[in-house]
Amino acid sequence: MSDEANKGLLSPLRRKLLMGMAAVPVVTMLPRASFAQAPATSAVNTTGLAVTDTEVTVGILHSATGTMAISETGSIEAEKLAIEQINAAGGVLGRKIKFIQEDGASDWPTFAEKAKKLLVNDKVAAIMGCWTSASRKAVLPVVEQYNGMLYYPTFYEGLEQSKNVIYTGQEATQQILAGLNWIAKEKGAKTFFFIGSDYIWPRTSNKIARKHVENVLKGKVVGEEYYALGSTQFNSVINKIKLTKPDVIFTDVVGGSNVAFYKQLKAAGIDLAKQPLLTISVTEDEIDGIGGENIAGAYACMKYFQSLDNPNNKAFVPAFKKMWGEKTVIGDVTQAAYLGPWLWKLTVEKAGSFDVDKIAAASPGVEFKGAPEGYVRIHENHHLWSKTRVGRAKLDGQFELIYETADLVEPDPFPKGYQ
Amino acid sequence: MIINSRFFNRSELTGFIVLAAVLFVILPLSLDVFRLNLVAKYLTYAFVALGLVLCWGYGGILSLGQGVFFGLGGYCMAMFLKLEASSVENTKIQSTPGIPDFMDWNQITSLPLFWQPFHSLTFTILAIIFVPGLFALIIGTAMFKRRVGGTYFAIITQAVAAILTILIVGQQGYTGGINGMTDLRTLKGWDIRPDHAKIILYFVEVVLLFTCIGIAQFIRLTKLGRILVAMREQEDRVRFSGYSVANFKIFAFCMAAIFAAIGGAMFALNVGFMSPSFVGIVPSIEMVIYTAVGGRTSIFGAIWGAILVNFAKTSLSESFPQLWLFSLGALFIAVVLAFPNGLSGLWADYVQPRIDRLFARKPKSGWNGNSVADGAPAE
Repeated sequence: MSDEANKGLLSPLRRKLLMGMAAVPVVTMLPRASFAQAPATSAVNTTGLAVTDTEVTVGILHSATGTMAISETGSIEAEKLAIEQINAAGGVLGRKIKFIQEDGASDWPTFAEKAKKLLVNDKVAAIMGCWTSASRKAVLPVVEQYNGMLYYPTFYEGLEQSKNVIYTGQEATQQILAGLNWIAKEKGAKTFFFIGSDYIWPRTSNKIARKHVENVLKGKVVGEEYYALGSTQFNSVINKIKLTKPDVIFTDVVGGSNVAFYKQLKAAGIDLAKQPLLTISVTEDEIDGIGGENIAGAYACMKYFQSLDNPNNKAFVPAFKKMWGEKTVIGDVTQAAYLGPWLWKLTVEKAGSFDVDKIAAASPGVEFKGAPEGYVRIHENHHLWSKTRVGRAKLDGQFELIYETADLVEPDPFPKGYQ
Repeated sequence: MIINSRFFNRSELTGFIVLAAVLFVILPLSLDVFRLNLVAKYLTYAFVALGLVLCWGYGGILSLGQGVFFGLGGYCMAMFLKLEASSVENTKIQSTPGIPDFMDWNQITSLPLFWQPFHSLTFTILAIIFVPGLFALIIGTAMFKRRVGGTYFAIITQAVAAILTILIVGQQGYTGGINGMTDLRTLKGWDIRPDHAKIILYFVEVVLLFTCIGIAQFIRLTKLGRILVAMREQEDRVRFSGYSVANFKIFAFCMAAIFAAIGGAMFALNVGFMSPSFVGIVPSIEMVIYTAVGGRTSIFGAIWGAILVNFAKTSLSESFPQLWLFSLGALFIAVVLAFPNGLSGLWADYVQPRIDRLFARKPKSGWNGNSVADGAPAE
């Protein structure tokens, strides 16, 4: 990777000067080791992070317990895989990555507490973590206050941008607009029915989708319904769907509610092969619970499917299964979580430093050619340029790729005209 | 029965001195700011536990809905802090600057009427005490005047906790929904996030806690406190003696609510966060568990229960991210099975006698705060 930023520091005089200045605050942490291959710790770590001559510590912060554990486990596994692969390839600036895992326990304040612990006590160089918007909102003030670096994997509602966060999933417009365009063109859809779980992500996503349907596609939203998280009774909305006969059902129902929703949809006689349904919340992980036979035929719109046919993904999927078992499935967020440690490594190498300020500044423009989804690049707004894809669910629980955008879609967390 | 004229008897004095020494001196000197801030978080639950001692330990009214009052207090404080954090300059990027960010996300374009008074700190402080107090008064009056008690009352408090959670989550434009209110920054322009502010907030909280301990102890020592215990042991006898049982119950319930609300407000200040996950059924039951583990009839025991259980929660979850919930569950079962009077029962049975013997002047008749609880009703 680019060492340009490093070259200046490697000149002997400047290095001595820099070490002299930088060593003052970290002098107690400085072993008398050689600076043979790897750049000196004092030069790459001027803010007292947990970096030694041989190791660098990062934090993993997800829910290993509680209701979100089922979703977040994939992210934990992907991050550990990425860290192991990076270490096998020589680590970051000659240092092996060591991780400290903390449990957010599906409880938002616990996330904030643990993030603070990782940053203040463990002095981790970066945190790979959070899943729900609520946990990110809880952690955000902490990483901003203590100047940490968070790599956040989930597709989310946007309306946020922070120096201290890299969003490796898609923000709402990136995920939704291309999918709506495709289904409007392909199926001639004019009427849409929105169903979502009742919290910030579905509400914001649907707001964006509604504006797009009404203003751009010149279609009509014939219904918009929300259900509390964990709801399992969808009969009334299914009746409304039968009455309004929308061209497309657009859903962002999350978590366990999906199982009930698709089963009841099927039981009510709605055949997804004939009734187009576009979801932005069902990945391979959710289908594991829903059952392929209940959702086959539905369209999902996101950036990654396990079945993607490209060389990176063909290496990634077997490596993941080798580490975590043949039965595991890989969803969109799991792949995005895998990007976190890699993007951090590439950024550290570009910046030639573990310092958070330098990483934040060096992030825009960092590109990862080995991403399982293809190629990604970090935008100035700390989100990723990535392609949007539409897949159709198959009986075996996998998606068949139907459509992908020709170019990378620009992330736009504060979309004009959609607020 | 001997009426103790002193404010604390000897065992309570020991408890008082130990707690004061630990909270005022030992912890601030031995912990870094991060851990001290965690202790401040644990102490917010100590307020709730204190309320439960009055209401459940003494009055015999089991409330499984203390999270409601904790939440009301916390939300009042959080609303004030959120408004201050949502100044026009801070929220320039929103479609409507000057309102909290979550309202903007939910297409609300002006500050709702019930948010307006929370611009004032005086109003907020009054609201922290009176909103939960009045709410408890309404529930208490509705229940106790109709002689609803025991299990039925516990179930109803649970239902209230569930309703309030659903309300907060459902009305996310006005309350922040499941995300809660995050990113609270300043109190009257004073930044509550840096380390020195955390230390000041910690001491403010400890002083408040001791004030509440004083109030609870005062209530206990007056005739009112004796009636509460009598009510717990033999409600009918108290009623037949001409006392209005309902009024005493309402009073104990309201006091517990106010203590919980103060804890909630301190929580919002210390943690910089408030969310519906502190309001619902699970946190409410956890609050009862702290009190039970500490000893529901002992003021100091319950406070230690809140501190130690939460400390165990933090350290177990740091050491065993995958298993800690099980270990915590096992700990609860073990404590409740082995020591039904909680840690304070353990203290009274095993530690206190030794201390007494150490200072042995004359063997006391064994009256202290804990033995009242053990005593069988007079026959």
